[in-house]
Amino acid sequence: MSDCLDILPLGDRALVIEVAQTVSEAAIDRVRGFAERVMRARLPGVREVVPAFCSLTVHYDPVALRGAGPPFDTLRARLMTLLSERNEAGRPPGKTVEIPVCYGGDYGEDLGELALAHELAPARLIELHTAPTYFVGMLGFAPGFPYLAGLDERLITPRRATPRSRVPAGSVAIGGEHTGIYPLESPGGWHLLGRTPLTLFRVQRDPPSLLQAGDRVRLVPIAPEEFERRLGEDAGA
Amino acid sequence: MALKVLRAGILSTLQDLGRWGCQRFGVPVSGVMDEVSHRLANLLVGNDENEATVEMTLVGPGFALTRDALIAVCGADFGSRVNGERLPRARPVLVRAGSTLDFGPCRRGCRAYLAVAGGFAVAPVLGSRSTYLRGAFGGWHGRALKRGDLLPTGEADATLYPDLQRKLGERRASVVYPAWSVAERVELLAPGPYLIRFVPGRHWDAFPSQARSRFVGSDYRIGSNSDRQGYRLSGPLLLPETPIEVISGGVTFGTIQVPPDGEPIVLMANRQTTGGYPRLGEVAGVDLPLLAQLPPGAPVRFQPVELATAQALLNERERDLARTREGIAVQLRR
Repeated sequence: MSDCLDILPLGDRALVIEVAQTVSEAAIDRVRGFAERVMRARLPGVREVVPAFCSLTVHYDPVALRGAGPPFDTLRARLMTLLSERNEAGRPPGKTVEIPVCYGGDYGEDLGELALAHELAPARLIELHTAPTYFVGMLGFAPGFPYLAGLDERLITPRRATPRSRVPAGSVAIGGEHTGIYPLESPGGWHLLGRTPLTLFRVQRDPPSLLQAGDRVRLVPIAPEEFERRLGEDAGA
Repeated sequence: MALKVLRAGILSTLQDLGRWGCQRFGVPVSGVMDEVSHRLANLLVGNDENEATVEMTLVGPGFALTRDALIAVCGADFGSRVNGERLPRARPVLVRAGSTLDFGPCRRGCRAYLAVAGGFAVAPVLGSRSTYLRGAFGGWHGRALKRGDLLPTGEADATLYPDLQRKLGERRASVVYPAWSVAERVELLAPGPYLIRFVPGRHWDAFPSQARSRFVGSDYRIGSNSDRQGYRLSGPLLLPETPIEVISGGVTFGTIQVPPDGEPIVLMANRQTTGGYPRLGEVAGVDLPLLAQLPPGAPVRFQPVELATAQALLNERERDLARTREGIAVQLRR
């Protein structure tokens, strides 16, 4: 039986599998593994799964699971069995994606201010921001928007008091203890450090999002000339 | 056949039963707010329940039909008219080419669904014809209908309702419909407060008992800034003694979340896929269609129910819909 697994209802048409109480790379990886297993199993009534930092939400149709007992109990039991099976050895880790980012100036309006606030030289801030291998904890807020875990704690910054009504597409930003990337222009309350020329979300692509929960991300600083040259590049192409 | 948009109405969009399978990419489900009215409208015109309908809101649109069409409207009363005459709801209506359909301000409820036999011939995006307004994709070019739009419909089965077809052919009338109709929602006839059942959820116990009693004992009103993304609830604020730590994760249609200001929000069809606020619980699926029909200002009262009860109610509703489906199937051949 899997340890540290809690399966709780999320209303009458969804449930949440909680794997941990704190965010960690191990928890993110575990969620990703569970997501793959549940999708592969094609359990009756299961509509889709949504991985997040420490949990996996399973959306289901209770009418398809009607029977001897409440649908939630039936599905919970099946998931417990499925997820308690010994993990196959050699499950590959999430893919690593390199994301080019042009920092500062017009590409990252808040970089200077943030550097001041953290008492760092802007170049040092960029160093700290590009050093880690981030983990995609989940996609949310907007299509293709990744919440990246692993931000250097010296860069943790509460969200802006007043959000912007327009954040340029591709903006790479810090919000609280996460780095995020706005795939499309939208309102936003995070601090803008730079922009990526890559297209993170495209409905015609399969899958439509460049990143998925459990992927690793490396941010690579690039010069403005490279940004302009690569603008609109489809990383999958 | 095409529907020419003469008037857009306040918010008229193409919606089906939602864009499933992409929430893990951050793509909201979208889809109809009142699932039952949408499904009934489709059944009445012989469509698959997942065909797109036009969801209209508060003040409806106006259309002209380029060909004869089999249509049905279910949901709130928009004072619908065809060629100036009353257009009855909740039944199949055969309308002659060149007719105009008018949907005005609604009374008793706030959303209705117009289904056309054959559905709407728009390409699905990520498997669905639902409109995702914020992302500007899906449905009709990712946006609400505008005056001048020409909505193409799909191939319709011309053998449906042979009796009605014959009457339309024989008479000089431009509209024919049967005397029968499917049952309409009766709760909207009462003045309220409307009872909304919910299953207490993840952080229910983390709120002080005083706050919990206040939530189930008070009348809330649907806030004026409520929309397809969420319904804000005006009423007693719910404040925990100490901030509740929440690690962001999935949410669902009907999740009742409480941001730091204490004003609860019920997440609706266009909700984001994940959230980081404490969750009181989730509205029972059977009560979402009712909630979707309540306009800003409507009074609601929340009643906790057991999860097993909520799921049994969903099952019962499906049995009722199955019976209605069978009844319509017989009429379709008459």
